[in-house]
Amino acid sequence: MAPLRAITPGVSMWTILAINSVTFGGLLFLLSAGFSLIFGLMRVPNLTHGSMFMLGGYIGSTAIVTWHLPFWLAAALAAAAVAVFGGVVERLLLRRLAGSVLAQVLVTLGIAFMVSDFCLMVWGGDPISIDTPSALSGGTRTLGVYFPTYRIAIILIAVVIAALLWALLERTRLGAMIRAGVDDPEMARVVGIRVSRLFTVVFCLGAALAGFGGIMGAPILSVYPGLDFAMLPLALVVVILGGTGSLIGSLVGSIVIGFIYNFGLVLLPQLAYFILFLPMVVVLVLRPQGLFGRAAP
Amino acid sequence: MNARQGAFQGAFRGTFAVALLLVASVPLWVPGSYYISVASEVLIYAIFTLSVDLLIGYAGLVSLGHGGLFSLAAYTVAVCLGAGFGHFSAILLAIAITLAGTAVFAALSLRTTGVGFIMITLALGQIMWGLAYRWVGLTGGDNGISVASRPAPFGVTLATPAHFYDATLIVFALCLFAYWMFVNSAFGASLKGTRDQPRRMSALGYDVWLIRFCAFMFSGFLAAVAGILFAYRAEFISPPTAALTASAEPVLMAISGGSGTILGPVVGALLVEIVKNVASAYISRWNMMLGAIFVLIVMFMPEGLVPGTARLVRRLRARRSKAPAT
Repeated sequence: MAPLRAITPGVSMWTILAINSVTFGGLLFLLSAGFSLIFGLMRVPNLTHGSMFMLGGYIGSTAIVTWHLPFWLAAALAAAAVAVFGGVVERLLLRRLAGSVLAQVLVTLGIAFMVSDFCLMVWGGDPISIDTPSALSGGTRTLGVYFPTYRIAIILIAVVIAALLWALLERTRLGAMIRAGVDDPEMARVVGIRVSRLFTVVFCLGAALAGFGGIMGAPILSVYPGLDFAMLPLALVVVILGGTGSLIGSLVGSIVIGFIYNFGLVLLPQLAYFILFLPMVVVLVLRPQGLFGRAAP
Repeated sequence: MNARQGAFQGAFRGTFAVALLLVASVPLWVPGSYYISVASEVLIYAIFTLSVDLLIGYAGLVSLGHGGLFSLAAYTVAVCLGAGFGHFSAILLAIAITLAGTAVFAALSLRTTGVGFIMITLALGQIMWGLAYRWVGLTGGDNGISVASRPAPFGVTLATPAHFYDATLIVFALCLFAYWMFVNSAFGASLKGTRDQPRRMSALGYDVWLIRFCAFMFSGFLAAVAGILFAYRAEFISPPTAALTASAEPVLMAISGGSGTILGPVVGALLVEIVKNVASAYISRWNMMLGAIFVLIVMFMPEGLVPGTARLVRRLRARRSKAPAT
């Protein structure tokens, strides 16, 4: 994870660092939005979420490198494959443990270990890095600052997905049903919403977003064993920071963590992971439910 | 019924005495120093599992960050010894620093309970891993640090596996005794009260937060003891000791053995360590097995192997005692 290659000192370095931070924030949003949605609806912290991110990266990279698919097709394939994986996990395992949150958490953890070992077995221990899609390689120089196109594209995609998710949740019938399920699952069932089907839909959606984030991040972060458990705590910290089940919370949390992580990497490389702790401490002390979360019922 | 119960208790005591004898004489009957060393590892993990299960079984709090505390103690010993400290001061410092770390962990994670607690402890544990991995100047990064020598308390060197096992066994026995005292004390009862009825406990005037905090501190102390022994046993410490796997293993051990009992975590540690060592001799896919065992136990024997087997025995017994009547 080395977002910066050549550092030219001065203003442009800070600008590049800021762009990288927002880019990383965009990737974190793809990861944490699904995590937050799943948590909001099912009350289960999905500990396979980092694995889904990594799985998306591996499947997408294989599609590009081995099968020579175009980048966007590979990305769609990765998202779809991870969505199917998420659906299977939800239907076959989590469904049977309905009502026992602890058991569900431990099962997702067990699956995370299995996926991690499975990926090591299939893709080996060497990192896989892929090129940025050719249409988005290079960059533009404006006002003396170099803007890499791919990173800007990630930011735009994250914004578009945030807007789509917002529209889905606030403007569609499905979104209204999901919100009803989040607010009061029993009442939602009483009025005829099939909450268990919503669980599957949301789980697949969250998985697809994570998988998509994995392949989008691959040209920047590369895909390597351990990526899953490096990303999982970031998603947790974002959600602890932003508040569970809140879309705007994961967006703001992702950008804050993106900034802290990237600036930390450059300014205090040995402690980069450690300083993620600081915003978490502040939020937990001052506002345990997170910046945009509601107080626990 | 009483006579039957008495017989059952007698049989239990007999089994227990035999088990005790077997455990104490491991260096005499276990073939080869490698397996004696494995036996020490089992005891160390048993202490670690007791530490984690104090929170799971008695406080109802599942921590996925204890690997961070365990490795904090192990790293402190290794770093202190590397810096030229003596064994005694290195061990004391490791306990002190781990207790300080535990206080931070507890102060943050006890802001919530349930799932929030799991998430915060997991994040904290991973942050400790990040520290071990990235703070190359202190921890040696991926290369880890080796521990130069083992201590020689009262002039007995612990360099041989057999002596080290004996020392570990003594520490384990002390920890087990302290644990037994702790959970059977009035404080242990109030801890169980906060697990089952936090609101009522609070209404009765108990400081629920403080009770949980104290339990967390004792748990951190046990994790520190296990971490120190671990560093001395392996004579080496590296970031995987702080990884999520390291935090998840004792949770699995506690749950598989039966959480909320005293012997459960010990049996769980024994079982998982045996599976781990046997498995690693044939396949190099320990994480895959760990995950699979996790899923299977949670799905099919969620109350753990010790209570699960006890339940089965009780059911069989009930059936047998009913049979003549019908």
